Amino acid sequence: MRGKTNTKKIEKHHIEDMVGRIYMSLCVLLLIVIIVSMVYFVASKGIANFISGEVKLTDFLFGTKWAPEADTPSYGALPFISGSFLVTLLAALIASPLSICAALFMTEIVPGWGKKLLQPVIELLSGIPSVVYGFVGLSVIVPFLRDTFPGQGIGVAAGALVLSVMILPTITSVAADALASLPQNLKESSFALGATRWQTISRVILPTTMPAIMTGVVLGMARAFGEALAVQMVIGNAPFVPRSLFESASTLTSVITLSMGNTTMGSTINNALWSMALVLMLMTFVFVLLVRMLERRNKI
Amino acid sequence: MQFRKSWIMALALTSVVALSACGNSNNGGNNAAATNTPTENSGSGAELSGSILASGSTALQPLVEQAAESFMDANSGVDIQVQGGGSGTGLTQVAEGQVDIGNSDVFAEEKLKDADAEKAAALVDHQVAVVAIAAVSNPDAGVDNLTKQQLVDIFTGKITNWSEVGGADQAIQIINRPSSSGTRATFEAFALGTKTEDLQGSVQEDSSGTVKKMIGETPGAIGYLALSYLDDTVKTLNYDGVEPSVDNVVSGDYPVWAYQHMYTNGEPNEVVKAFLDYMLTDEVQNGDVVELGYIPASAMQVSRDVDGNVTKK
Repeated sequence: MRGKTNTKKIEKHHIEDMVGRIYMSLCVLLLIVIIVSMVYFVASKGIANFISGEVKLTDFLFGTKWAPEADTPSYGALPFISGSFLVTLLAALIASPLSICAALFMTEIVPGWGKKLLQPVIELLSGIPSVVYGFVGLSVIVPFLRDTFPGQGIGVAAGALVLSVMILPTITSVAADALASLPQNLKESSFALGATRWQTISRVILPTTMPAIMTGVVLGMARAFGEALAVQMVIGNAPFVPRSLFESASTLTSVITLSMGNTTMGSTINNALWSMALVLMLMTFVFVLLVRMLERRNKI
Repeated sequence: MQFRKSWIMALALTSVVALSACGNSNNGGNNAAATNTPTENSGSGAELSGSILASGSTALQPLVEQAAESFMDANSGVDIQVQGGGSGTGLTQVAEGQVDIGNSDVFAEEKLKDADAEKAAALVDHQVAVVAIAAVSNPDAGVDNLTKQQLVDIFTGKITNWSEVGGADQAIQIINRPSSSGTRATFEAFALGTKTEDLQGSVQEDSSGTVKKMIGETPGAIGYLALSYLDDTVKTLNYDGVEPSVDNVVSGDYPVWAYQHMYTNGEPNEVVKAFLDYMLTDEVQNGDVVELGYIPASAMQVSRDVDGNVTKK
């Protein structure tokens, strides 16, 4: 049997199959090489300071003083790490309820025109460049906060507000997809038992789709954590742990974009910035892990 | 199974190759500049040809770009590309041979120090323009002049209200540059005479445009800008009674200024040298330089060395 197929002429579709397979394998290979080398590059730069003993890991992670140009330089990154977490969590807190309501509105309340109207609007939001968000934040949100609250308007609150608008589309579209994929019979059973629409939404639909909605929230947080430009424009960039939401603060991304171009490759401050990039990357891994865990729990 | 094994082998191999390539670029092994030597130089009056890559200071970028345009118009065989990236990037790349010219706001010795000091020694400085920096405030602060000591007290947080320096009763909001910025280094060295630490609650912005916008809009704001950025939305402050004007900078009366440097790694090759010479011609110095708000290096009646010593020319 075997010998027979081998002697047979190789047909066209076999070649096509081979070409397709080789092409795809090459693409995947390239992708893996790119990812591996990027991780390697950031990691090797990021740990350079700790290996050379220039900066202690504990001083970096928990030090509150960032003064790289001082006579006795110190490289504490806690202000940036805490700033990043603060704006991300706040943005998620503001955006999640809004997005979940928008998703419910589109899929449950008025699936007809609600979806036709809201979907494109929300997709539009995700297409706006971040520099535009930053500029609007600087021109509208910052003056508003300055007039309404004590302080100069810039700070964690302004950053979180800008970010919350930016991550709205991510959370909304993931949540809307999750709600739409919910089996119809679950809802119908609930209605058949005499539950009202609100009871159905709050007791059946939301609990069942919660892991999928949380996936959207985590994806939104990942985007907020990594956003640089818009936040940098409104947060003020003072390297301190802020005492209030309306005081100038910094994030990991903002200090990297602010200082990277002014420093020379291989200097201690440059390597400290790479260490922050490494922290950012590790956090992204954590977000990805979270999403995977949530997806595993998601068994509609 | 056979297929899968070879696939993993291939993956491992490519990863190793990629990683070692990364290692190389870490050490700055590649030397792009070497390929940029002129290809044609026969006799006198020969056409220049070759390509020049410049990167670095964004403050200097518009000037180099504009001069490069007209230089390329006159020499069709030359291709000049100007990139931004910041002074640190420009200095690193020129020291490692990735670019032909590194643009910088500061002397290379100030950025490349300690272990990198020998890199700085190999770089040749070409000073093409001067940028002066003025202290500016929000128009409502009500102050025209600040002394050096008052500025130091403000930027170190000792003075926190404009009324303490004869202005309105308004809290002072500092709009600063990041501590690694060349503009800030210049301002601290020549206006304050001391390095300052970042204060809690101060603002740091990266671009001059944003700094100007924030000073114009924030009550009680103080900051500093290059002369070319000044307009009516902000109040320009005199320094120790001296107005920050081009004339005062040229005569040496106003001290807060810095050279704009274009560094080459060793002596430049023919094409790069021709371009750098062109930057210093009257056509550029009195044309593009003035037009874009810089001060011509050739007009300066004083000169300053890397240690900040000023001498009359």
